[in-house]
Amino acid sequence: MHTIMKKVTGGLGILALGAGAMLAAGAAQADERKGLTTPDGHPLSKVISGYEFRIPETQALQDDDFQNPGMLWVDTGAELWDTAAGEANKSCADCHGDAADSMNEAGAHYPKWNEKAGKAVNLEQQINTCRTENQKAEAWKWESEPLLSMTSFVRHQSRGTPVAVQTDGPMTPVFEKGKELYYTRNGQLDMACANCHEDNNGNRIRSDMLSQGQSNGFPTYRLKWQKVGSLHRRFKGCMKQVRATPYKVGSDEFVALELYLAWRGVGLPVETPAVRN
Amino acid sequence: MATMNRREFVITATGAAALAIAGMPTMALGAENDAAKRMADFTGGATPSDGGITLSMPEIAENGNTVPIGVSVDSPMSADNYVESVIILADGNPNAGVVTFHFTPMAGVAEASTRMRLAKTQNVIAVAKMSDGSFTKTETLVKVTIGGCGG
Amino acid sequence: MATPRPRVKAPSKASKGEVVTIKTLISHKMESGQRKDKEGNIIPRKIINGFACTLNGNPVFSCDILPAISANPYIEFHAKVEESGEFEFTWTEDGGATYSTKSAITVS
Repeated sequence: MHTIMKKVTGGLGILALGAGAMLAAGAAQADERKGLTTPDGHPLSKVISGYEFRIPETQALQDDDFQNPGMLWVDTGAELWDTAAGEANKSCADCHGDAADSMNEAGAHYPKWNEKAGKAVNLEQQINTCRTENQKAEAWKWESEPLLSMTSFVRHQSRGTPVAVQTDGPMTPVFEKGKELYYTRNGQLDMACANCHEDNNGNRIRSDMLSQGQSNGFPTYRLKWQKVGSLHRRFKGCMKQVRATPYKVGSDEFVALELYLAWRGVGLPVETPAVRN
Repeated sequence: MATMNRREFVITATGAAALAIAGMPTMALGAENDAAKRMADFTGGATPSDGGITLSMPEIAENGNTVPIGVSVDSPMSADNYVESVIILADGNPNAGVVTFHFTPMAGVAEASTRMRLAKTQNVIAVAKMSDGSFTKTETLVKVTIGGCGG
Repeated sequence: MATPRPRVKAPSKASKGEVVTIKTLISHKMESGQRKDKEGNIIPRKIINGFACTLNGNPVFSCDILPAISANPYIEFHAKVEESGEFEFTWTEDGGATYSTKSAITVS
């Protein structure tokens, strides 16, 4: 089952070569993996969750809510949900009640257009908007434990809900920007998201198994990070790996990319907190 | 010497590469870790037999940070015949010690699972100490790859 | 994850003589003492170094834990229950701090 694609190239110059030489020729689209058929015009024939690209032991970690280390962050988020905060001295529960009801779909529909802000916002930003405007509390820093916990907790309430985001109307330019970013080559390695995740999902890049790069499981517990991390953190990592200067977490670019990615994964169920490599 | 001309550098680099290809440890890899010593400490120098103990681990680790490991030792776990403890060692980590499980007859079965860190491809060894003073062991090779892209 | 949070999954009911499975998890970075900071100094080791489970005060299972155990240590083991009572689970951290939780079981 674990086919290690050996690409014998002379010397240490692998990384210096262009994208084509490094990745296996042709796209072995791993048709045997479970996925959902896509609407006409979608760039992928099948959308497949990152879950399907991991080994059974990793899948087992995600399947067991007890063993899933990401659930530790969900637990913390649950506590924060009930904790009064800010000058308004209100908890999330005071307005939103039982998260299992009020948030049971929300996590599947972000990023969303925010009329007041005049831009698209993602879940982390919406949480912080609630904090500053309604709780009159300080915004949580990106990738801080409270923000990771709350985002994981909220999105976890939508677990199982198919991802569906608005891409028309005011979201049209955001979608187009995200799509442009996805296909634009970056960095010293001159690679775009598409080179790995569209052209080569199911193949290995050296020994790493490439997924479709879907976002339905974020915030995700990555074995590499040994903690839960946000989608924008992952974007930054990918950009650094192609030796590009990453955009900032929470930037318009990353929110646009996040929207485009949500559309690329249309119909995949939210899996937060997913466990990945 | 302060400087090395290109010819000397290339020869040295090639030499080091040749050693690596030949399978001989280069200076960077260092000496063997303390697996043998820890096993000897655990068994008091006795040589464990094998059989009756199983290690469950993936053949290839998804990520060396978190590798599931399960160990199981055949035993009635009765008051006069039970597994006292099981030590887990990793012969390629900076330090070989991983965990020692201590059982009592109240545990019912001599089985435990956890998740461990593996620095690289290596053998994971489990040695069980029985209440009658005997020892048994098993080991398994787990492959750990350095990912191609941030893995 | 400022304070380590323990989680335990143990059955609340069992039959006499039944061997039950107990799963435990505690949030902890398990700083191995192998990593270096930006200045090249070793980040000091700080791990959960021990775990113990008792039933009605009697030892069931315990472990000595070293840095090679992954972050957010997961430990699964078993207990043969003969009488009702209370499990107590204790984790010990480098430096001596302990974290504990309990779980009741009815055995019939």
